[in-house]
Amino acid sequence: MIKLFRPAFVLLIALTVLTGLIYPLVMTGIAGVLFPKQAQGSLIVRDGKVVGSELIGQNFTSDRYFHGRPSATTGTDPADPSKTVPQPYNAANSMGSNLGPTNKALIDRVKGDVNKLKAENPGVPVPLDLVTTTASGLDPDISPAAAYFQVPRVAKARNQPEQDVKKLVDRHIETRLFGLIGEPHINVLALNLDLDGVAAR
Amino acid sequence: MTLAGWAQIALFCAVILALVKPLGWYMTRVFAGERTFLSPAVRPVEVSLYKIAGVNERSEQDWLTYAVSMVVFHVGGFLILYVLLRTQGWLPFNPQGMTAVAPDLSFNTAISFITNTNWQNYGGETTLSYLSQMLGLTHQNFLSAATGIVVAIALIRGFTRASTRNIGNFWVDITRCTLYILLPICIVYTLFLVWDGIPQTLGAYVDATTLEGGKQTIAVGPVASQVAIKMLGTNGGGFFNANAAHPLENPTAFSNFVQMVSIFALGAALANVFGRMAGNQKQGWAVLWVMGVLFVAGVAACYWAESAGITGINELGLTGGNMEGKEVRFGIAASSLFAVVTTAASCGAVNAMHDSFTALGGMIPMINMQLGEIIIGGVGAGLYGMLIFIVIAIFVAGLMVGRTPEYVGKKIESKEVKMAMLAILVLPLMYLGFTAVASVLPSAVASIANPGPHGFSEMLYLFTSSTANNGSAFGGITGNTPFYNVTGAIAMFVGRFFMIIPALAIAGSMAEKKIVPPSAGTLPTTGSLFVGLVVGVIVIVGGLTFFPALALGPIVEHISMTRNMLF
Repeated sequence: MIKLFRPAFVLLIALTVLTGLIYPLVMTGIAGVLFPKQAQGSLIVRDGKVVGSELIGQNFTSDRYFHGRPSATTGTDPADPSKTVPQPYNAANSMGSNLGPTNKALIDRVKGDVNKLKAENPGVPVPLDLVTTTASGLDPDISPAAAYFQVPRVAKARNQPEQDVKKLVDRHIETRLFGLIGEPHINVLALNLDLDGVAAR
Repeated sequence: MTLAGWAQIALFCAVILALVKPLGWYMTRVFAGERTFLSPAVRPVEVSLYKIAGVNERSEQDWLTYAVSMVVFHVGGFLILYVLLRTQGWLPFNPQGMTAVAPDLSFNTAISFITNTNWQNYGGETTLSYLSQMLGLTHQNFLSAATGIVVAIALIRGFTRASTRNIGNFWVDITRCTLYILLPICIVYTLFLVWDGIPQTLGAYVDATTLEGGKQTIAVGPVASQVAIKMLGTNGGGFFNANAAHPLENPTAFSNFVQMVSIFALGAALANVFGRMAGNQKQGWAVLWVMGVLFVAGVAACYWAESAGITGINELGLTGGNMEGKEVRFGIAASSLFAVVTTAASCGAVNAMHDSFTALGGMIPMINMQLGEIIIGGVGAGLYGMLIFIVIAIFVAGLMVGRTPEYVGKKIESKEVKMAMLAILVLPLMYLGFTAVASVLPSAVASIANPGPHGFSEMLYLFTSSTANNGSAFGGITGNTPFYNVTGAIAMFVGRFFMIIPALAIAGSMAEKKIVPPSAGTLPTTGSLFVGLVVGVIVIVGGLTFFPALALGPIVEHISMTRNMLF
């Protein structure tokens, strides 16, 4: 038995330091040199201020912007730190709704959102991703259908012809990788930055 | 279901099949102690480690010494991790000022990581310091994965050696596995992940001012280096709470695809290692076929169920399946595939919320885990789980024709069958037993998030995932309570070590046996008859064990859903 303690002790310490400290720290160094932008979180900086990350969705509510998907993230209540309140797109506390398929709360929520969207854009089928929550609560993307659905509202709020806004949407569609992997999608923040006339990338 | 979806699934299977032989060849060389292309760089480190540790790389161990070495090693790992979590508030690399993790949560998390489960009762970005993520979790990701692999290798040696008590040297195996296989792949893999968008920084969380003028705090950290081993080692513990659904942990469909491949790569290659060491690669391919049949059936069922969607939502005039708790960049096909991959292997990373899957779509991951994760499985754990099932299948075949069963030239006798049965029975004892207890305990029932049969599924999933060392969850349930932290930890511990120790015992008794030359009465273990037999035994043994529990959860929920009964 006692013979086993020396290798156990030495190898445990050595491999812990190697895989737990040297490996992540060296990788941090190399990654910071090779891919400095991604290593920091793909941040978008405008006038010296960070306005977000290319990869993280934001909580858009204004009619002038395209909206992302519903998000179920929460955060502490600014008025009362002992309470947790809904805080969509809280990028420091990722989570999904975790509502199951027979939960009344899920069906009621979707029904409410569908009715709101139907009133906004009557006669057009409501896109599925606009009424279902994202897995992380931070989905940066929507489907092309969900973007087209919002074109009339955004165009009206900005006094722009729908055709121009639609063209902008067309330009932002990211297709499947190698025509195979993933689904076509549109990065909402990049699209909205473009709407404001600022190049996102 | 779409053509593009099926094409992605087919491409995934093709890539895995293409990797099996080269990886299997390389791993065989590593564990035989032969030179590899990495030897010039790695060998000096390896040799000096043995010198300091007092390990003679040529001396081998019998199964009991091998098992005791493994246990001693794990006790040490547990202590390091537990102390680290309790003291993280005073230690460096803690820009967010995280305080000590509570004792019951630290206990659960430490057990969870040494057993390769990586159950997340903690929320990564809200609970853990960067030091805990690196020195605690990343390091255990390596060591628990290496343990799984070396136990599988020891078992293979047992099957393929003759008339010896020795099954290898635990210290040498674990060192070589880490230095020659896991670490080199992770270095390249981490760089790919950073290139694709995963952060790798020690800086604090970033405050952004959004376009609409709000404040958004973006959690970052040394993410990529942990994600690499989390996937490759089928650990699955996320850096962030949302795991691989988080855009900074899995930014694109490309990273998603590569992550899925890396979950399966080493596990699938181990089947080939088995074939090579048994002197006939067809033996390995037969094992892989058994896994493949079960895997494709699971993917088809899950993808179908998720595409069919939720009745209550479909009736609102929405089309396209079930997107609740999924990400747009992955869509339904890649989310369903990921769910099956992560539970077939014992990974437990998730890129969609399994709790929001349809009843049948969420049942498939549960079945995968309840079968003991033998479809590719956790690195190593899958192969030894499958070999245990093969022992049972061979035994059943022997009973049917009245001959002593044999496998790869070894007689299967009562000792091996007893050990295999112990391993197979202890799993349902844990997940069915604890689910039964939780169902009647008001404080445990209070943790469920979804009322009705789905709530039962949440508890069943929790204990299934813990016992099977998976770590994925029906995440709505509040698992961070003393009851679940302690019972979950027991389930994880028993699920891990009551598999490994019987597997090593089988390895020991097999190694001592002589090789019996095949005769006319030997059941060929490379053909489709054998594949069908093993699949049949798995489905029958597994089905009889957990079907009643599934009937109370997902099946009843599916029927309720189609009749629009809500809870």
